Amino acid sequence: MVTGTVESGSLQTAIEWMERDTDAEPVIEVEGLNFYYGRDRTLSDVSVSIPQHGVTAIMGPSGCGKSTFLRTLNRMYEVIPGARAEGTVLFAGEDIFKLDPVTLRRRIGMVFQRPNPFPKSIYDNVAYGPRVHGIRRRSVLDGLVEESLIRAALWDEVKNELKKSAFSLSGGQQQRLCIARALAVRPQVLLMDEPCSSLDPKASSQIEATTRELAAELTVVIVTHNLHQAARVSDHVGVFLSGGVLAEFGPTKKVFEAPRHPDVQDYLAGRFG
Amino acid sequence: MTAQGLNGKGCSAGADDSPSLHGLPRSLFRKRLDVVILFILSSASLIALGLIFFFILREAFPFFRRVPLVELFSRTWLPTLEPPRFGALPMILGSATVTAGALIVSVPIGLAAAAFIAEVAPGITKDVFKSAIEILASIPSVVYGFFGLAVLAPFLQSTLSLPTGRTALTGAVILAVMALPTIASLAEDALTAVPASYREASLAVGATRWQTIWRVTVPAASSGLLGAVILGMGRAMGETMAVLMVTGNSPQLTASLLKPVRTLTAGIALEMAETPFGSLHYHALFSLGALLLLITLGMNWSAEWFRGRLVRRHRR
Repeated sequence: MVTGTVESGSLQTAIEWMERDTDAEPVIEVEGLNFYYGRDRTLSDVSVSIPQHGVTAIMGPSGCGKSTFLRTLNRMYEVIPGARAEGTVLFAGEDIFKLDPVTLRRRIGMVFQRPNPFPKSIYDNVAYGPRVHGIRRRSVLDGLVEESLIRAALWDEVKNELKKSAFSLSGGQQQRLCIARALAVRPQVLLMDEPCSSLDPKASSQIEATTRELAAELTVVIVTHNLHQAARVSDHVGVFLSGGVLAEFGPTKKVFEAPRHPDVQDYLAGRFG
Repeated sequence: MTAQGLNGKGCSAGADDSPSLHGLPRSLFRKRLDVVILFILSSASLIALGLIFFFILREAFPFFRRVPLVELFSRTWLPTLEPPRFGALPMILGSATVTAGALIVSVPIGLAAAAFIAEVAPGITKDVFKSAIEILASIPSVVYGFFGLAVLAPFLQSTLSLPTGRTALTGAVILAVMALPTIASLAEDALTAVPASYREASLAVGATRWQTIWRVTVPAASSGLLGAVILGMGRAMGETMAVLMVTGNSPQLTASLLKPVRTLTAGIALEMAETPFGSLHYHALFSLGALLLLITLGMNWSAEWFRGRLVRRHRR
């Protein structure tokens, strides 16, 4: 119990630190989404509207379907055999299941749990997306690479060594490189699947700062295990509980101060997770 | 302390401290013995390699003492004439032609099969293709030779209206099929070793599966793929029985695929039986063997180096 109080106390400060406007048009509308791996249902009847711009954090205990939910939004689950989604997901008013996945993923980018740069140079990593979409002109590529690295807050650290291997960077730098790589195709939405889980606290806070800045011009949906991170970085929060049920969704301040669902109260108080 | 604990302690102390023949505690000696036995058994292959090397070089040495090395690279092979001529160039070129021809066919097919198995094929199809390739690898080479002789040679002779169907081309086609399993399965290993996270990253920026294979997976696996091709090349170069049966074995200097050729391997196999033990001809054949050994070992080592580089690169 004592731990719980301390926990919510420091959360409270974090919440007060962050008072933001939270009204916005939805960019992604999910209606009655069910998800199956073979016979197992990992998301059950999820309905939610994710507002445009800002950061939406997805939280919940392990194995509750957070990552699955994220991977549904850009249809990345399709690479897994036996995975199947049912329901409606609208992106900017269009049914994502009727869109070409290539188009969808260009518009909805993704950053993964562990930094996964290609075994190529820093430049080629960022230029990869534009190149597969047919951009050949060096000047255009140069511009996109610089713009993306600036947006990912990595430019100053790497601008003189763009030809160096991406593996020469530290873990945190690699993750920001992956963010830059995702940004280079100018997506409208950026999905982040626990992007700090393999990073040290300093690198994590850099990623969080970058995420906040990005949220001014695009919609970020971030899965996180870390309650403090969610409180610091997000405008809206969704909490999944076991069985893939979205138990709570709303403005971050509201959810943290007064969660309606009793299990979500326990979860936010740090009693399980 | 419980009785059980005391008991256990007593037991182990007895086993540990009882002296053995070498004055070591017995359990320690047993442990050492295990290692020694394993070492001796596993060094058998190393010893075999060393012995092969030693004896081939020893038997080739008298030849090099009496005949200058350049003679081996001249054009005429007449070992039984007086004076004998030991120009192995026709056989070297024969091996090179047949191997190159085999690779032209087997590399694209082998790599495509590997890409299909590793990247595209769903569960059951994958298993069927993999086991087909394994079966291909397990067919004895004499059966390939027999097939080449009975089916492929007459077919090529009639469709290309050649004087004989036993040509470098026939050998190349048969060798292509024989090198295919090596190339396909090793290339598949190389592609499978590429971390899935690269593929995910590529797909997530909107690359198609095709773009992902060509721009991410294949470049990331390139050193392993090169290793696969080199080992396939070694397989084709070293094959004896099948080429001996289908290439016609005429030791004439030609670069044409449509003429009979004799390879180094076939040359050694054919002539060794009819050569007096200890003659210059006998030693000349060993010098060809040494040459072949050097070529294939060089290939294997470079292939292993490339394949090792692939693993080092992605181990993080």
